[in-house]
Amino acid sequence: MATAHSRTAARAMISPAVIFLLLWMIVPLAMTLYFSFLRYNLLMPGMEEWTGFENYRYFLTDPAFSTALINTLLLVGGVLFITLVGGTLLALLLNQDFFGQGIVRVLAIAPFFVMPTVSALVFKNMFMNPVNGLFAFMAEAIGMQPIDWLAEIPLLSITLMVSWTWLPFATLILLTSLQSLDSEQMEASEMDGAGAISRFFYITVPHLARAGTVVVLIETIFLLSIFAEILVTTNGGPGNASTNLTYLVYAESLLRFDVGTGAAGGVVAIILANIVAIFLMRAIGKNLDA
Amino acid sequence: MGRITLDQITKSFGEAQVIPPLDLTIEDGEFVVFVGPSGCGKSTLLRLIAGLEDVTSGEIRIDGKPATDLPPAKRGLAMVFQSYALYPHMSVRKNIAFPLKMAKLPQEEINRKVENAAQVLNLSPYIDKRPGQLSGGQRQRVAIGRAIVREPAAFLFDEPLSNLDAALRVNMRAEISELHQQLSTTMIYVTHDQVEAMTMADKIVVLQAGVIEQVGSPLDLYNHPRNLFVAGFIGSPKMNFITGPEAAKHGAHTIGIRPEHLRTSKESGEWTGRVGLGEHLGSDTFLRVETEFGEMTVRTIGDFDARHGDTVYLTPDPARIHRFDESGLSIR
Repeated sequence: MATAHSRTAARAMISPAVIFLLLWMIVPLAMTLYFSFLRYNLLMPGMEEWTGFENYRYFLTDPAFSTALINTLLLVGGVLFITLVGGTLLALLLNQDFFGQGIVRVLAIAPFFVMPTVSALVFKNMFMNPVNGLFAFMAEAIGMQPIDWLAEIPLLSITLMVSWTWLPFATLILLTSLQSLDSEQMEASEMDGAGAISRFFYITVPHLARAGTVVVLIETIFLLSIFAEILVTTNGGPGNASTNLTYLVYAESLLRFDVGTGAAGGVVAIILANIVAIFLMRAIGKNLDA
Repeated sequence: MGRITLDQITKSFGEAQVIPPLDLTIEDGEFVVFVGPSGCGKSTLLRLIAGLEDVTSGEIRIDGKPATDLPPAKRGLAMVFQSYALYPHMSVRKNIAFPLKMAKLPQEEINRKVENAAQVLNLSPYIDKRPGQLSGGQRQRVAIGRAIVREPAAFLFDEPLSNLDAALRVNMRAEISELHQQLSTTMIYVTHDQVEAMTMADKIVVLQAGVIEQVGSPLDLYNHPRNLFVAGFIGSPKMNFITGPEAAKHGAHTIGIRPEHLRTSKESGEWTGRVGLGEHLGSDTFLRVETEFGEMTVRTIGDFDARHGDTVYLTPDPARIHRFDESGLSIR
C-alpha cells in the first residue's frame, strides 16, 4: 500500500464487500428498530400504527422480562463456570501421555458436533426422564427418589445440556494452550520448591488466562442466544422458569403474534448483550494484550 | 556446603543407555564445567544431579547424604536454564521471590533477600518489570537472581549463555565467575563451548557419549590431554594430528601439535607446506597450510605476510608434541 494510487485502488476493490456486509447488518437492524415502534400484531394484519415507546414499556414492565434476564445471566454464567473448570481439568487429563491418546482426544471433541436439538432431546428422553431416564435409573439403583429434572430444576438441566455441548470447545482451546506451556518453566518451578498444586495455580493457570479469556468471550456470544435446547425441552417452562431473553422474544413474536413487542425485546437484547460485552472486556480484556 | 558425589550412575531411556556407569566427585566450592559435543549426555548428567530425571541405577550423594530419591526441591540445588525459564506473568521481584515464597519464608525476609539479590545483580531499576520487557542479559541475571536467593548448596547452569550475543556472553562469563568468587558456592556448568569451559572452570569434565574422557584443571587438560578426543576438543583452533612414518619417528602412532606450537617461517623449517586459507585477526593470523601430512592449522604473528599459494616452512616445538598410541591414549 505504498502509493496513493494503490490505496485508492484497494479501497475501490474492497468496497463492494464492505457495502454488502453493511447492508446485510443494517437492513435487519433497521427493520427491527422500525417494527419495535409499531403496534404490529400478526392477528390483525393491516392495522399497524405508530406507538412510540409503548412496545418497550410493555416489554420491560412484563414480569417475565426480569425473570428472563436473570435466567439468561444464570445460564451464561453457569455454562461458563462448568466449561472453564471442567475444560481445564479435562485438558490437564488429555495433556498426559497415555495409550490411545489420539482417539480419546477426538472422542472428547465429538459432543461439539452434535446438533443442539438432538443433544437436548437425547438428554430429555434418555437421561432426564423421571421414569425411563438413565439418571432416574441410577437414582433408584442407590435407593433415591428420581428427580424430574426438567420440571423441578429446569434451568439447571438446560445449563447441564449446554455445558455438555460446550465443554469440548473449552477443552480444545485450553489443551492447545497447555501444550504451549514451556516445560523448562515447569521444571524451574519444581526446582524452586513448588508442589503440584502450587505449580498449577502459579504457573499453569496464569498461562491459561489468555486462552480462558478467548473461551469466555466466544462462549458468551453464543450462550446469550441459547434457544434450541429450551424449545425442544421445556418450552421456557414450567411457567417461565427456563425462559431466557431469546426465548421471550420468540414467545412474544410467534406465540403471541406480537411482532412489535418482539422487535422491542430484540433491541433490548442487543443493548444488554453490549453491556455484557463491555463488562467482559473491562474485566478480562487485558489478558489478551501480549 | 555442596559436595556432590556420583557413584556408579547410569541412565537409560528405554533401550538406549545414554550414560554408562559413571563416578564423579565435585568438591565443595568448586566451579566444575561439563563440556562435550552436543548429545554427549552432559545436560542429562546435570538433570540427573538436579533430580529432573531419575537415575536408572547408582547413587547420588549431596554433602554425604543420599539424594538419589529426593525430589528436586529437597536437594537444595538451584538451576539456571538455557531458556532462563522465567515466569512471564510475574514481575522480576516476584520471579526472584518465588522460591522463597514456596519455602514459606516470612514476607519481610523475602523482601530483604530479594532487594539484596537485585542489588548484587544490578537489577534494581527493572525490579517491577516483567521478563518480557527485559533484554537477554537482564533476563539471564534475573534467572541467576532467582537461583541465588535460595542460598543453595550448589548452582547448576545448563548452557546459560547460548542465547546471548558474543559481546554479552563475554560479560556474563565474567559476571558468573565474579559471582562464584563472591559466594564460593559449588557451581556446575554445562556448555559445549570450550572457551567458556577454559575461562571459568576450576575443574573441567570432558564427556563423550556419556563417558568421562578426562577430568582436570583447564591447563592440565590443555597440556596433558589423556587421549585423542580431549586433545582435539580442548584448544582452539584444534590440535593438528599426524599419523604414519612422521609419527613413528617420535615413537607414536599419532602425534598432535597445537597451531600455537608451530613456528612459521618463509625461509626454512622442518616441514614444508603451501598456504591455503588465511584468517587475519589482527593480533594473530591463522593459516591453513597444506603439507605432506595433510592440512594443518598454524598460528602466527598478526602481520605475517603470506598469500594463497605461498610456500612456508613449519617447525614444531619438540617439547609440545603430544604422542598417542594405537588406541588413542596419550603416551607420557
